[in-house]
Parts: sequence; C-alpha cells; structure tokens
Amino acid sequence: MRKVLLGVAGILGFLLTWQLIPTLGILDPRFFPTATDTLGRLAEDLRDLEFWRNIGRTMTTWAIGLAIATVLATVLGTIIGLVPFLRRATHTTVEFLRPIPSVALIPLAILMFGIQPQAALLIIVFASFWQVFVQVLYGVADVDAVARDTARSFGLSRGSRIVHLVFPTALPYLMTGIRLAATVALILAVTAEMFIGNPGLGRAIIFAQSAGDYVQVYALVITTGLLGLLVNLVFRFIERRSLSWHQSVRGDEVL
Amino acid sequence: MTLHTSTIVVPRSTARAWARFGENLGYAIGLPILLLVIWGVWASASPAAFFPSPLIIFDAFVDTWVGPAFVTDVLPSLGRLAVGIVLSVVLGVVAGTLIGLVRWLRELLEPMLEFFRAIPPPVLIPIVAVLLGPTDSMKITVIVAGSVWPVLLNTIDGVRSTDSVMTETAHSFALTPWERIRYLVLPAASPRIMAGTRQSLSIALILMVISEMFYSSSGLGYRIVYFQRNYLIAEMWSGILLLGLIGVLLAVIFGFVERRVLRWYHGIKEVERA
Repeated sequence: MRKVLLGVAGILGFLLTWQLIPTLGILDPRFFPTATDTLGRLAEDLRDLEFWRNIGRTMTTWAIGLAIATVLATVLGTIIGLVPFLRRATHTTVEFLRPIPSVALIPLAILMFGIQPQAALLIIVFASFWQVFVQVLYGVADVDAVARDTARSFGLSRGSRIVHLVFPTALPYLMTGIRLAATVALILAVTAEMFIGNPGLGRAIIFAQSAGDYVQVYALVITTGLLGLLVNLVFRFIERRSLSWHQSVRGDEVL
Repeated sequence: MTLHTSTIVVPRSTARAWARFGENLGYAIGLPILLLVIWGVWASASPAAFFPSPLIIFDAFVDTWVGPAFVTDVLPSLGRLAVGIVLSVVLGVVAGTLIGLVRWLRELLEPMLEFFRAIPPPVLIPIVAVLLGPTDSMKITVIVAGSVWPVLLNTIDGVRSTDSVMTETAHSFALTPWERIRYLVLPAASPRIMAGTRQSLSIALILMVISEMFYSSSGLGYRIVYFQRNYLIAEMWSGILLLGLIGVLLAVIFGFVERRVLRWYHGIKEVERA
C-alpha cells in the first residue's frame, strides 16, 4: 500500500516538475512543451488511426526480427554449445562480431535493401541475435555433471538427453536472453525507422520534428517509453510463468 | 613409517608445448581466416558492389583512418564516448547508492525509473538536439541519457542486497555512514555495478555512433554515413571495421578493469565452487 502510494506520488511529482519547467520559462516551451499539452496530444493521438498503424508497423518489425533472432540463436547456440570443437573454433569470431555496434550496419542495410523492412530486420536481428546466442551458449554449458553422467548411465539417447537434460538446464538462460533481446530489438526497430525511414513510430518522430511539432515529438517519445515498459513487463511475466518450476523463481516467491 | 613426499618432475617437452600452442592458435584464428578467404574468393568471383574483398577494405582502412582523419574524426568520437561513459558510471553509482539506501526514495522513484529505462534512447536525440544544438554536449547528453540506466538500476539492486549480518555488524562497530558506504555498501554492490557497466558500454557505443549520424559534421558515425551516401563502399566497410575494433577494445579494457576490481569476488566464487 505504502509502496503504491509513494509510487503514485513519484509519478505526480515528476509530472508537476515537468509542468513547471516550461511554465516558469526555465526551458523554451516551444521546444519543451508542458506535461498537460503533451498528454493532451497523446490522448488525441489515441483516437487517430494512423497512430495505431504506426505502432502496428513498429511492433510487427520488432516481432519478426525478434522471432528470427531467437530461432537462429537457439539452434546455433545449442549446436555450437554441445560440440566442444565448434565452441573452441568459433570463440574468437564470436568475440569479434558481438561488440560491433549494430547501428554501424545501418548504412550497409540501406545500401542492400533501401527503405524496405528487410533493412530494419537486418539491424534488429544482428543486435538481438547475440543476446540470445550468448545466453544459450552459457546455458548449454551449465548442465550439471552428475545429472549428465546419470543420464548416460541410464542409457538416454542423444535426443532424449537434449529434451530432458539440456533443454531444462538452458531454459532459464534462454528466457533471460529473449527478455534482453526483446528490449534491444525494440530500441533498434525504432532507431531503424528514424534513420532508414521505413514507416513506423521512429519515422513519425522524425517527421514531427521536421515539421517543428515538438508536442507531437514528446507524445511519441512517451509512447515508445510505454511500449518499452509493456514489452518489459510482458516478457518478465512470460519468464516467470515458463520457469515457475525453477529454483530461482520459486525461491523468489517465498521471500 | 616414513612419509614420502616427492615431487614428480615431468620433463617439459618443448615439442608438446609447441604443439599445444599451435593447436590453440589454430582454433583462435582458423575460422576467421577461413571466413576471410571465403569472402575474398566470393568477392573476386562475383564482384558484388556492396561486398568488396577484404584486401580492398584493408587498403581503404589504412588510407582512410591512418592520418588526419584519426585526429579530426576518431579522437573526438572516442573522447565523447569516454566522457559519456565516465559520467554515466559516476552518476549511476552516486544516485544508485543514494536511492538504494533510502527506502522511501526508492519507492517514490521506482515507477519513473522503470519508465525512463524503457524509453529507447535514440528517440531522445531529436529532443536533446533542439534543446542543446548540434554540440558536443548534446552528444554526450544523449550517451549519458541512454547508458546511465543499467548502472543506476544495477547499483540500486546491488546496494539493496548487501548482506544484512554485515550491515548490522557495521552498525555495532559504529561505522560512520561514510565509512559504511566506502567499506561495506560499495564493495558489496560492486559485482552488480560492474555488470551494469558492461551493459552500459555497448549502449554508449551505439549512441555515440547514432548521435553523430544525425546532427554532425565530424565523427565516426558521420563519416560512415558520408561514405555510404557517396557510394564509397570500401571506405564504409572500413568504418564498420573500425567500430568493431573499438567495440573489441572496449570489451578487453573492461575485462581487465573488472578482473582488477572484482578480484576478491572471483576468488570467493572459485573457493565456493571447489
């Protein structure tokens, strides 16, 4: 109760501060509109079909990119993680490719695909692939030695070892990876729209800014923040549900 | 009964050591070399316009970045990146320690922090750009606005999870608040702080590039976009390569710092595992 009240007080305090900064003239209200103006515009946007279409476009690119990255990373991560030879042979390549900032590939994506959705997908997949891949690699390597030997003595086939042993061990890692990747994918979906110019929320922000409509820019920035929050909450929920049997989640609930 | 303690001296076979070294080296550079060769053969067999061969990219790399461009474009970018990272870590740790230690403050700010963290940082560029103009401080603000969150939130978590027995011990020994922070809270939170910093580094690098792509007339991000717009493909690739190298370098430096800072922590972990 106290927590909820304080949280609400925090939000109200933030909105009040936001309202006061342009009203008192600390920042120019043309470029830093008041909270009431921005939220009013956001309420208007909610009745605008184009606004919802833009959200739909952004989230579609996001979902496709995240799905491709997750499948690729899970398959490759499991294979490479299970075969020591591949793990050793790919180590340096992975360590070099992973830190490349995905936005560095934006110019390449534009050259290859123009302003088609593929250009955005290339960036999103590249960025979110590594998040999942590295987690799967850790997860597959984390199989308990005793459990592995037990499975061997009981003569489990390779297939059932993967299903009953490797998969449950790697699942918490995989879920963490997907949650991180979902956030990263959203960031890059919006960034790609801003820079490549494929339709969506990111492009709408750039259009509003070029038109000098800063109230709209702020309203859209708030929208992206709310979307990010939603993605975060949904994936945290999925993580808890799918791992309800796991120590880390069960332990948490007792506390 | 006599107790025999003997050291078994295994004659070190240099041949075997060399073989081991060769094997490791083979694993380390085998795949990269193989990939480069495939790329090179493929590029010369079917000269696709957007994928020049590695040799051409390497030439372009030397021509483009070794020389004055290093001073006019690379150094300012790296400078902004460094300032942005340092500010993010300092701000994140100071604010995070405060918020983590004061319960009502944490409950007051938690929903807002969750929201701010969820905003994709690049959307702040148009806002910060119009408020500050296309200056260095705009780019640094964008970097900090994006990369402060992982440090801040991890610090809060780390500070909160300080061992309660130790906290009570610190109270019994009447440590001053400052001593408590210096000798108990910060060390206890440091593994989390380092984990947050690791995430911040990659965000900071991304934001350094993007902030220069938008409103800039110099810097790495600007150069890469300039090359792309003028169809200087090999030069563009050399820019991507340079960014990759910076990313690897950052990761190496961070790994070194982390091992130094968390040496005690990794030590404890090893003992626990053994």
